[in-house]
Parts: sequence; C-alpha cells; structure tokens
Amino acid sequence: MKKVLALVLTTVMLAGSMILAGGCSGTDTKATTEGTTTGGAETTAAGGAETTAASGDVLKVGILYISPKDDGGYSQAHAEGMAEAVAALGDKIQVFELENIDDTDAQATSAAIDNLVNEGCTLIFTTSYGYMEPTAAAAEKYPDVKFCHCSGYTRNDTNLDTYFGQIESARYLAGIVAGLTTKTNKLGYVAAFPIPECIRGINAYTLGAKSVNPDVTVSVVWTNTWFDMDAEKAAAESLLATGVDVMAQHQDSPAAITAAESAGAYAIGYDLTYAGAPKAYLTAPLWNWGTYYTYKIQQVLDGQWKVENYWGGMKEGVVKLDTLSSLVPDAAKTAVEAVQKDVTEQGNAYVFKGPIKDQTGAVKVKEGESLSYDDQMSMMWFVDGVIGEIPTT
Amino acid sequence: MDTSFVIATFIASAIAYSVSLLLGTLGELLTERAGHVNLGVEGMMLMGGACGYVTAVKTDNLLLALFAAAAGAALGALLYAILTVTLRANQNVSGLALTTFGAGLANTLGSTVAKSNTPDHITAFFSFHPFSLGDVQNPILRFLNVSLLSHDVFVYASILLAVFLSWFLFKTKEGLSLRMVGENPAAADASGVNVTRIKYMYILIGGMLCGLGGLYIPLVLQRTWHADITAGKGWIVVALVIFVRWHPIKAIGGAFVFGALSIVGMTIQQFTQISSLVIFNQYIMVMYPYVLTIIVLVITYARKKAWRGPSSVGNSYFREER
Repeated sequence: MKKVLALVLTTVMLAGSMILAGGCSGTDTKATTEGTTTGGAETTAAGGAETTAASGDVLKVGILYISPKDDGGYSQAHAEGMAEAVAALGDKIQVFELENIDDTDAQATSAAIDNLVNEGCTLIFTTSYGYMEPTAAAAEKYPDVKFCHCSGYTRNDTNLDTYFGQIESARYLAGIVAGLTTKTNKLGYVAAFPIPECIRGINAYTLGAKSVNPDVTVSVVWTNTWFDMDAEKAAAESLLATGVDVMAQHQDSPAAITAAESAGAYAIGYDLTYAGAPKAYLTAPLWNWGTYYTYKIQQVLDGQWKVENYWGGMKEGVVKLDTLSSLVPDAAKTAVEAVQKDVTEQGNAYVFKGPIKDQTGAVKVKEGESLSYDDQMSMMWFVDGVIGEIPTT
Repeated sequence: MDTSFVIATFIASAIAYSVSLLLGTLGELLTERAGHVNLGVEGMMLMGGACGYVTAVKTDNLLLALFAAAAGAALGALLYAILTVTLRANQNVSGLALTTFGAGLANTLGSTVAKSNTPDHITAFFSFHPFSLGDVQNPILRFLNVSLLSHDVFVYASILLAVFLSWFLFKTKEGLSLRMVGENPAAADASGVNVTRIKYMYILIGGMLCGLGGLYIPLVLQRTWHADITAGKGWIVVALVIFVRWHPIKAIGGAFVFGALSIVGMTIQQFTQISSLVIFNQYIMVMYPYVLTIIVLVITYARKKAWRGPSSVGNSYFREER
C-alpha cells in the first residue's frame, strides 16, 4: 500500500513539473497571440496547443530559438524582430516559434525543424550558430522549404542561406563612449569564446576607444560561456580589481553590468537595453532583427527568394547603438555624433580601415585599405591596445 | 597592476560565491546526519530562491523574503520526507524527482519576475558591511579589509550558523539524538528517541537552509532572476558534504575552497605568466572540486578505522525489522 502511495506521489511530482512546463509555454502563446491579433497572425510555442486559423493563402514561417524568447537577451532580440515582421506584414504570414531548442543537440534541432515543416512552414529561420549542420541537412531533405541560418557560413545554391549583422559597427561606437568616459584609461572586456565573432567585437571596441583616447587599453578575460552569471560576474570583478572603470561584454547575461555597478564603475551592455543598473549603464550595441525578418519574408512573399549572405549593418538598421544614458559625458556624445554618419554609411569597412596594428606593433591593415570580409570572418588576432591573449586550445 | 588588491578582491568574490554553498552544505549535512541523502538540493535551492525572490520583488520586505525562501524549500523537503521517511521510498530516486520538480516549479514562478531587479533598499541592506574598516592605507589592513571584512551581515551570520551547528551536533542532547538516528536508528529508537520526529525535523530544517542559500544568489549576488540561476551549486553541495566529512565547522573551509576553485579561472587570467599553464586551463579547473572530493573519499576509505559518514544513510528505517 505504501509503495503504491510512494509511486503515486512521485508521479504527481513529475507530472506536476511537466504540466508546469507546458503551462509556461501556454501563457507565452496567449501573450503573443494577443499582441498580434490585429495582424491575424498566430504563434505557437514549443509543445503548446496548435491554434491555426484556416485562412487561405498565408506564408507559414518557422523560427527556432536557443533559449526562451523572453530571455532578456539574444533570443528576445530575435523574437522582437519577428514580432515586428508580423506587425509589418500582418495576415500575409503566420509564424510558428519553437523556443529552448538546444543547439548542441542535433537530433532535437532536426526534430524541431521536422515539426515546423509538418506544420506547413515553407520558410524557416534558425537563429543560433549550432543549428548550422541540422539546418543544412534539413535543406537537403526538404528541397521545397527555404532555410535561413543565422551566424553560420553554410549555404547552397537553392534553399539555404545565411544572415548576420555588422554588430562591430555599433561596438566601435560603444568603444568611443567608453574611451571618453573612463578616468583610469583602463577598459575591461568580459569575452565569451576565443572565436572570430568575439575577437572582432573586442577589436572594434578597442579601435573605437583608441580613436578618441590613444592612451586607453582594453583588458580581456575569457569565460568560455554565453550565459553563466557566476563566471561572468567573477570575470568582471577580477577586471574591476585591476583598476578598470568601464566594463563591456559579449555574453547575454547582465552579470558584468551588475558587478560594475557594485564596484562603482560603468558598463556597456549587449543585445538589449538593460534597465537594472541605472548607476552603471552607459549604452549597448543592439540587434534590431525586425528589419531583416521583414525584408526576407517580403522577398519570399514577392516570389523573389534568392540565396544570399545577408550581412546588414547600421545602414540597414539591423544593428544600432542604444540611446546614450545620462551618465555619458557630453564629449562622448559629441564624438559619437561626429562619426555616426560615416559608420552608418560604411559599416565595418569604416571600423576596420587601416592603418591597424596588432598587439606586437606589426601593421596588419595598411593605410588606405580596409580589412576584407573574409579576413574579418577569420580574425584571430588582437589589435594594438588589447591586453590579453587568445588561447590556442 | 596592484597584485595584493586583485588577490584580496578574488578572496572576497570567492567568499560571496560560497555563501550559498555553505548554507546548502549545512542543510544537506543535517539531513544526512538524520540518515537521509537528499539529492534534491538543487531543486530546493531553486524553489527557495524563486519563492524568496518573488516575495522580495512583490513585497519589498526582506524578512518576508527570507521566510518565503525557507518555506518554499521546506515544502520540497516535506515532500521528500513523506516519500522517504513515512513511505520509505528510495532516497536517491525521491531526491532526483525533487530536483526536477523543484526546478520546474521555481522556473515557472521565477519567470513572473524575470525582468525585475532586487528592490533598492534590500540591496542597500546588503551593501552595509558591519566590520568594514573604510578607506585604510596600511597595505596589510587594506588586504584584510577588502578580503575578509567587507561582507554583509548574511555572510557572517552563515559562518556563525556553522559554528552554532557544530556545537549543537556535538555538545547537545538533541544533537546526539540526531547523530544516533543517522548511525543506528534502531538503537536510537530503543533508547527512547522519536526517530520519525528527528528525521522529519532535520530534513525540513535542512531544506530551509538550502532555500536560504538559494535565495542569496538572485537577491544579493546577481540582483535579478534567471531560470536555473543556481547553475548546479546543489550538486556541488552533495559533493561538499562528503568533502567536509559531515562536519559543520569544516563546511566553512570546504565551501570556500569549492567556491574559490569555481571562479579562480577568471582571476588567473590577470597573471599572464602562469595563466597559459595546462593546470590552469578553465575546463580542467572546474573539475578540481570533484577531484578533491574523490581524493578525500580515497583517503577516508583507505584508512581502516576512519569514520565513513553516518552509517545508516540511504537506508529506510523499519521498526519491525530488528
């Protein structure tokens, strides 16, 4: 009898957690649907009940997120972009969103894509680097479905392309802000992984800071995480202890900003505006995916689909610098405004314009030249002014 | 670079980081002293953290938040106690179920305050450092001030709690009864100790301590909520209890060592002469706490007469089977 009771109790607990998890995404679905009822489009969350309205000839669009779409960071930026596309294109599209799909789990990713295809999606966005191979496999398996993969490099001739943005342009401007805000001339950077994407960001930030303040240095600490509050907080604290008074970061958690505020220092965020540290927050390089999603979906609606390597910048509006907070000194505001137009027009070509020296002082980009797209994509060296090493393993 | 300041700051960070480990360890240690290994620490920390944090944000009242954290985690512990004490279910399975259940419940509850931050006056309370010397110039005093004396009341209270629990376990009659239940419940029962009361009571108190440890992370360290914010500390606690050999005083040092090892990889990078050595590789460093635990286990079991922890841990107590 007691064994039966024990079994029942355990089952109740497990079932409880499942219902809770289900209930959670259920609420999300409702919220999104309410937000977009005017457009008539509907969204479905992972595992949530399907609420398709059989409304004629709509384009069904699917999208995969690596984390919950209200994560306050990377995925939320994509989700807000998709919501913007829904608002712009209205009842011509119907969006199916799958959240929390682990990008290191190829099987889960493939299964999620299969689900979207079964729902009738003919255009699918996969938003994390790790989705690359499952997306490529799916593109082969479903030749009639079009796939767009964010931040990867695998494309084919027919139905798989890539998109990303020149976030470095915004980081360069953030560097200008930091370079003119610092009193100690020591900036800190909590870096994610030693890969070109992160290294580009650090370099752009440093070039921006040094363009207005030649004495400035940028110290780098690697966490090897995208979201680990403990590691990111500890990394920021270790940098702040060395005299750094402006922090920047690549990860999606606000831990480095919080640490800076506790130490009486300033911070530059990433992904989205952060309101939780009003005594530290200066600005942040932001993604604004709505521009891209609206553009790409419109392309398909018009029957103009083409495989491309989309790499929008500030001109297209895919990236931008957040509104400068009241903590930013006037000199920094003026300096940002002075180059805003050129950075917007030229994007990363302006950021990585020569002469650029590396840490050893060797000239890597000559005067009058600019670092090519391929060289930016494979950048594995630090510019002059960065203090730190790129781990070889 | 001011090396002594960097090291002092690191020690301070490690102490702040280890508070939740210490409270969790004290909680799990009491539970195991009563003969129950509760693998639900991670779940209870999350439940305590979520209940407490939601209360803090909604009511702006620290005492209520502490109460809610203890109560939320105790609810999880109560489920575990009903399963393993009254129903004599398998302790490992029940604990694992509690972790899954607690995490699900906590993340659902916590998502209601996902964008919130700790209310200002609670943050102000934790910014008050009772033993701080202020701005001192003497290098030794400054090192001590930054590393050991600039902490909030909660940090010192949890260290005092460890001292108190040590006295309680080894110097009081109730402590003796608790240890007896963990070693040999039948003997305890025969000598008039209410085994069921002891088990329930210390599983619940253990849960409450885990909950308070869980609350410290969102409330003070990160000042915001995020799903799974305890990030595996509940599992480190399970290893820590063995590492400190079920002793509350040793838990202070043990929690500090584990906390320091968890974050030292960041500070090491400030010392470029040594940071490239393989032993300081970040992926290898996160392994050290567990390597230490294994070493302690090996040493313990290699010595024939060494005490190997409460002997009846993991076993259900059947009064009739004597």
